[in-house]
Amino acid sequence: MSTATKSKTEGGSLAGYLGGNLKQYVMVAALIVITLWFQFDTNGLMLLPNNVVSLIQQNAYVFILTIGMVMIIVAGHIDLSVGSVVAFVGGITGLMVMQWDVPWPLAVLLAIILGGIVGAWQGFWVAYVGIPAFIVTLGGMLLFRGLAINYVGTTVGGLPSDFNALANGALPNWLGFAGNLDVVSVVIGAIAILGLLISQVRTRRELVRNDLRTEPFVAFLVKAIVGVVAIGYLTWLLANSAGGMPIVLIIVGVLVLLYSFIMNNTIFGRHIYAMGGNLPAAMLSGVKTKRVNFLLFVNMGLLAGVAAVITTARAGSAVASAGQNYELDAIAAAFIGGTAVTGGVGKVTGAIVGALIMGVLNMGLSITNVRPEWQMVIKGLVLIVAVAFDILNKRRGK
Amino acid sequence: MANDTTPILEMRGITKTFPGVKALSDVTLSVARGEVHAICGENGAGKSTLMKVLSGVYGHGTYEGDIVFEGETCKFKTTRDSEERGIVIIHQELALSPFLSIAENIFLGNERATGGVISWAQTNRQAADLLTRVGLNEQPDTKIMDIGVGKQQLVEIAKALSKKVKLLILDEPTAALNDEDSAHLLGLLRQLKAEGITSIIISHKLNEIAAIADSTTIIRDGQSIETLDMHSAEGVSEDRIIRTMVGRDLENRYPDHTPTIGEEILRIENWTVRHPNDPSRLVVDNAALDVRAGEIVGIAGLMGAGRTELAMSVFGHSYGTGITGQLYLHGKPVSIKTVSAAIENGIAYATEDRKHYGLNLIEDIKRNTTAARLTKIARLGVVNAAKEITISEQYRKDMRTKTPSVDVQVGKLSGGNQQKVVLSRWLFAEPEVLILDEPTRGIDVGAKYEIYEIINKLADSGKAVIVISSELPELLGICDRIYAMSQGRITGQLPRAEASQESLMRYMTMEKSGATR
Repeated sequence: MSTATKSKTEGGSLAGYLGGNLKQYVMVAALIVITLWFQFDTNGLMLLPNNVVSLIQQNAYVFILTIGMVMIIVAGHIDLSVGSVVAFVGGITGLMVMQWDVPWPLAVLLAIILGGIVGAWQGFWVAYVGIPAFIVTLGGMLLFRGLAINYVGTTVGGLPSDFNALANGALPNWLGFAGNLDVVSVVIGAIAILGLLISQVRTRRELVRNDLRTEPFVAFLVKAIVGVVAIGYLTWLLANSAGGMPIVLIIVGVLVLLYSFIMNNTIFGRHIYAMGGNLPAAMLSGVKTKRVNFLLFVNMGLLAGVAAVITTARAGSAVASAGQNYELDAIAAAFIGGTAVTGGVGKVTGAIVGALIMGVLNMGLSITNVRPEWQMVIKGLVLIVAVAFDILNKRRGK
Repeated sequence: MANDTTPILEMRGITKTFPGVKALSDVTLSVARGEVHAICGENGAGKSTLMKVLSGVYGHGTYEGDIVFEGETCKFKTTRDSEERGIVIIHQELALSPFLSIAENIFLGNERATGGVISWAQTNRQAADLLTRVGLNEQPDTKIMDIGVGKQQLVEIAKALSKKVKLLILDEPTAALNDEDSAHLLGLLRQLKAEGITSIIISHKLNEIAAIADSTTIIRDGQSIETLDMHSAEGVSEDRIIRTMVGRDLENRYPDHTPTIGEEILRIENWTVRHPNDPSRLVVDNAALDVRAGEIVGIAGLMGAGRTELAMSVFGHSYGTGITGQLYLHGKPVSIKTVSAAIENGIAYATEDRKHYGLNLIEDIKRNTTAARLTKIARLGVVNAAKEITISEQYRKDMRTKTPSVDVQVGKLSGGNQQKVVLSRWLFAEPEVLILDEPTRGIDVGAKYEIYEIINKLADSGKAVIVISSELPELLGICDRIYAMSQGRITGQLPRAEASQESLMRYMTMEKSGATR
């Protein structure tokens, strides 16, 4: 690699490179350290295959919501209503299946559409009337919680098991077993590893071809190895678990890939970053800011619809009190994952790492029998320290 | 009082450097006790910088030279220090809090209080006294947002009086005022003079200066050129001031260019724009202007003349309300009310304020380059990243933007290179009409020359170019035709051959009839 000769570019040296991407690496490192700590502390309970599966299933809603939340925060807004929207849409989903005899696949589709409509309602006030999102979604938080309580009332239970499998089930073991390993999981894991390597190599080649700043080869190598080992290990765990590949992991995986693509490679994504980075400049570059804001909230609503389905399926029933504090989980995950408080900066994958840190903390603290009140204290401190780190790091960079 | 021989203020050998620019160079200013002293100069001549040095905005140690106030050498670290000595500056942008009352604003930071508890009786009574002194007929508890800008100016003066002001500095006090308010303000300055308060007034309005000033110091290119006694026997004509203001040598700082002028591309007629917050104020008043393919047209004007507002209102109504008038493209009337429509119709506007309205400083060069016309490198909404790199790389080479790669954050570039990114963006948008607002502001001389070359190349490729600039030599150096604006109106237009700094300045300072009494 010609990294040495290109060292006039700032990324040429390893130190310079790490400096610029410090936050990302610290967060991934923190995730690994926290996980290993609990693994050690619980004598290996933490990473038992079935625990990892339930970690994924328990936190699926955070992953899904935080994707939309990152986009909202990057654009300079916030959404406080997603928890209530999850309860409202989840409740209506339960009613559709149990009382209105809607077949569950259709009910899932209608739930996501309903989420989109709720998002359009909020987007209308934010984008076209110009009310700050904080206010609109604070109102929405009350509004949709109230509607949920009114329409859902007591628990709507007894949902079909096929529906519940969306959150709790695994892909069928179509391909049988190799020893103790579920072959479907192994195949999916292998595809993921291959995809990761191909995309990494292609990105790097593209950069080199255009004479652009590349990360030092060591960093590239370490990143690839960490990625491969992580996916490989996860695959091994899942293949060893009782059910195999969780369905919800497939859903989350597809959403992460899709939204990373949207944020990085589409005009819509660019406009979100442009607005968060400098709103007047975006306007003067012809960005239709109202439309982008509107679509952002519609999108958040759609994802809240997905999260509502997953939450309802996970519980096996619809309750009006579902989704309590989900908005805070999603917001915390986004900020821990490096989204800038001032907007303009943030990544879907970063927020997923943030959500994982919170999820691992949740599970680890539960396994080690830390009382819930102390779990809250610890998570609160983690959030503040993570954002403080980000701000101090930036200040030092100046 | 004016006969008192020791000056109240003497500034000696003031030199102030910003990174890369010498803003003030060996400036001398002597203000007699009890006089109204005017300071004149072009935009960017250094007037405001000088006043900021005096008032401690730029503290002692950041400049060279001495400030002697009332016979004592002063080393102001902050504005608080200068205020304690009785020097108060009122900035062009008023520093009042709109949601607080008049009385609260007057005593903000200087509260009438005992032990931290505010005495409202004292606050309001003393405020009422001060309001009477400045001739403002409002209740002390009226909110600032409920009174006009002229009255707000008076509140600022009342605030200065509350601080026992000895030397009052006003930066363009009448720029935003209507005629009546201006006249009242000037009257008030005369009254304060009678009370023994010395004032320094920065103004572009020459008739105003003639009406009120006892002496006038002219600053040009960061140097004090001369101080005129306005009461001298032979009198001081406006022409005399104008000549001194602009009288610098035109070096060969502009590339040669022979234009090939084609058909008319853009024309506006009866173009009127109102202030977004105060629709009764006409910011652009019945303007007409046209520009042809291959032509570089300049717009000259002093601060507040309405040049930027005119440009932005043409660019998809991005400034102003109640916009009336007709816009023609290629002779056909069109209605363009959004920025995206303007871009699609081939109009581009590169802002005077790159940092706030132009660039996304936390993004890299390539993303800033393509921002105004992403659709050109996208299919079905998906941006072709490889194309983006190739294209921005091409612009980087064409513009000779000094950066290791197009991956670098725009915030890390120098002003000149940032400007090249702005130009790249608008070239990439492929406009027919390119409006450049202060294209060389904050850019060093070498980079300026490069920008001029780029502008010439653009015109040669058949684009119509409008350049707004506060630097007259620049307009004279690169434009084929120059419009002058004053107080929202286009007061004249001159072909390059007939234009001179003096003739332009005369149009630029042309007042509406009967402005000052």
